[in-house]
Amino acid sequence: MEVNQVKTVGTTQFIVVKFDREQYGVNIQYIQNIVRMMRITRVPNAPTYIKGVINLRGEIIPVMSVRYKFELDEDVYTNATRIIIVKVDNHAMGLLVDEVLEVIQLSEDQIEKIVRDSQDEKAKFVYAVGKLGNELVTLLNIEALIGVDE
Amino acid sequence: MDVSQYLEIFIEEAKEHLQNLNVTLLEMEKDANNKDYINEIFRVAHTIKGMAATMGFKRMTVLTHDMENVLSEIRTGAISVSAELLDVLFQCLDALESYIELIINTGNEGAEENQPIIDRLNAILAGKGDAPDKSKSKTAATVIVEASKEPEVTDQSEKKHLTMPFNDYEKNAMIKAKEEGFTTYGVTIYISDSCVLKSARAFIIFRTLEKLGQIIKAYPSVQDIEDEKFESDFSVFVISTETAQKFHKDLTSIAEVEAVLVDPIETQGEVQDFSNKDDAKPKLDENERDKKTQAKHTKPTANRTVRVDIERLDNLMNLVSELIIVKNGLETIESNNQNMNEQIEYLERITTNLHDAVMKVRMVPIERVFNRFPRLIRDLSRKLNKNMELHMSGEETELDRTVIDEIGDPLVHLIRNAGDHGLEPPAERVAAGKPEQGNVYLDAYQDGNNVVIEVAEDGRGINIEKVKTKALNNGAITRDQADAMSDSDIIDLLFRPSFSTTDKISDVSGRGVGLDVVKTKIEQLGGDIEVKTALGKGSTFIIRLPLTLAIIQALMVKIGEEKYAIPLNTIQNIEDVKLGDIKYIQNQEFINLRGHVVPIVRLDVLLDVVTEEEVRESVTVVIVNKGDKQAGFVVDGLIGQQEIVIKTLGKYLNNTRLIAGSTILGDGEVALILDVNSLV
Repeated sequence: MEVNQVKTVGTTQFIVVKFDREQYGVNIQYIQNIVRMMRITRVPNAPTYIKGVINLRGEIIPVMSVRYKFELDEDVYTNATRIIIVKVDNHAMGLLVDEVLEVIQLSEDQIEKIVRDSQDEKAKFVYAVGKLGNELVTLLNIEALIGVDE
Repeated sequence: MDVSQYLEIFIEEAKEHLQNLNVTLLEMEKDANNKDYINEIFRVAHTIKGMAATMGFKRMTVLTHDMENVLSEIRTGAISVSAELLDVLFQCLDALESYIELIINTGNEGAEENQPIIDRLNAILAGKGDAPDKSKSKTAATVIVEASKEPEVTDQSEKKHLTMPFNDYEKNAMIKAKEEGFTTYGVTIYISDSCVLKSARAFIIFRTLEKLGQIIKAYPSVQDIEDEKFESDFSVFVISTETAQKFHKDLTSIAEVEAVLVDPIETQGEVQDFSNKDDAKPKLDENERDKKTQAKHTKPTANRTVRVDIERLDNLMNLVSELIIVKNGLETIESNNQNMNEQIEYLERITTNLHDAVMKVRMVPIERVFNRFPRLIRDLSRKLNKNMELHMSGEETELDRTVIDEIGDPLVHLIRNAGDHGLEPPAERVAAGKPEQGNVYLDAYQDGNNVVIEVAEDGRGINIEKVKTKALNNGAITRDQADAMSDSDIIDLLFRPSFSTTDKISDVSGRGVGLDVVKTKIEQLGGDIEVKTALGKGSTFIIRLPLTLAIIQALMVKIGEEKYAIPLNTIQNIEDVKLGDIKYIQNQEFINLRGHVVPIVRLDVLLDVVTEEEVRESVTVVIVNKGDKQAGFVVDGLIGQQEIVIKTLGKYLNNTRLIAGSTILGDGEVALILDVNSLV
């Protein structure tokens, strides 16, 4: 399921993923690949949010728990669980998500930047909210999310 | 012509030539009157000049040109070699190196004219009188011919006609021609790669040559050339009365001819005449002989080596790695088919040999790094006013190219330390009853799967008490700790960040950044470093590096349900230890292994592995070495020895403690490689 960078004028594409009842959007330009759950090798002494590493066609890629970052319940692996491979500055990282729902297009006026609440640690992982009809999608700040913990 | 695509070749070759210049200058310092050195330096300066001119680096060209003027006077004996001259030549070398440095970083040579050096060169030239004009213009003339060559052919080795053998018939023809006043020219012609009908070009070239003289030999043969059975170049030998310049001019005027190299050829018989020293044209003779020796020098290598981009090798290496993973995968498939097993064994032999072959391609003699150290010692010796000599051995020891590129800086550091901290000032040495001259030793040798590099000196040795006091004073350790520490523990303190024992900070070393950086670098390369020292006798820094970085032999072990790889070169042996034989000393487990007390490392605890508690009578212990130290790793099971391909864990996990990397097993599963360095 190879996804190429797609960008039409004025709109941005997002992949919508689900945790519990909430929907999150990942900007498609970061996404290299979406793969099914596979065997993850635990890495001792790695940061807690890193679940381990996977072998994706010969490339070793770390996989992190988005749930851990958002302080949600532990990941439960189901048939719908996917690993989204994102790349920032040429470094790949896998994001564990409960389910991948769809691809949406949001125009600029559908994206509302949110003012960061500096008290909330989790707030920096989110940069905007996307409005699609009645649905609200929380748009993830991928750089902040996968950035190595300060 | 766009030369940018040749920039890398230029840099690479210029570096080699400068290295050569460096070595020769140092030799010349010892034996100033040896003509060979002057000739070699002249040749290098000349080649660099040609290369720089083609690439459009004017300042480099000017500098090398002026060097050449002076050197050519030395060759004729008009100027003698003096200490001052050597100094200037060293300055030239430094200046050229900084040009190259700039070119590497910025792509151009910068604006530094190095006028003071040029002035000094000219002063030397002027100091000996104003006779040289004639020979000066002569070198200049030959330069014009050569400077217009293509960059990739500036190297003498591209003059293929200089290395070509002749049969008796051809020799006779040449000797006869010479007697009758003709000259034999060797001509190598390069035709543009984009040329479509090479044979047609060759035909025109032959017609032009036939106008100039008589063709006696062609390589490839005329027939092959007509059939286009040649790559992009061919060589011919022509007997003619015309000058080399005329050849060059007429041939380069033909379209799609990239480069033309022309040299007068002397036959073997006449070379002997030269050695009898006929003094008719001594200058030219010398030139001729130079070219002969160059040809001889380049011959063994020029035809047998290829310059390959390191990226291509990396690519090849990756493919070999993939192949090994696939092979490991095949091995895990259960099969009772005899034939299948035989084929897999065959495949294994091939992949192993292929891996060895690719690794060998990547191996470079450590000479490339060592070469710069004589100069370093020379400069140190002057700066510190200490008389010291460098003794090197094992320069031919080979290491992976990536290691070679990285090991230079740590070694420079250690050698500086040896000269600055290690060796005492002359007066102190004499007072201690030692010879005034200090010695620095640099030895490399292969030891199993490792390469060992030792940097030693016969200086004062490390004063352990001083290190201890220093560590106490700056709070690195407490008094209690200090008392409990062994000598080697204290020496290890030197490798901690910001630890320097020199009282005064010098220009050379002693800023407190150093040994820790050296250690970090070496550990990054998968190696380790240790020190041996004897007060008053000197110290030795021993660096151990793995031969290869990409693929290693490892022992696969099980800890709980997880699989880990332990590099085989660190393993000494495997022991079955009865639980009762494990002793406790200050809450740390030890075993007594044939008289050696070896600490036990519980890997499952360190690695947070969930294991089922089961009562066992004995445990399997893998004994590993790190330098002189040993440790026993307790494992839950042995899987076996395997060739593994090392993969990094990537940016996010690179600094994970206790883990050196990862590898992919035959079934696609990822296993982690234990970092023995941090576990012992």
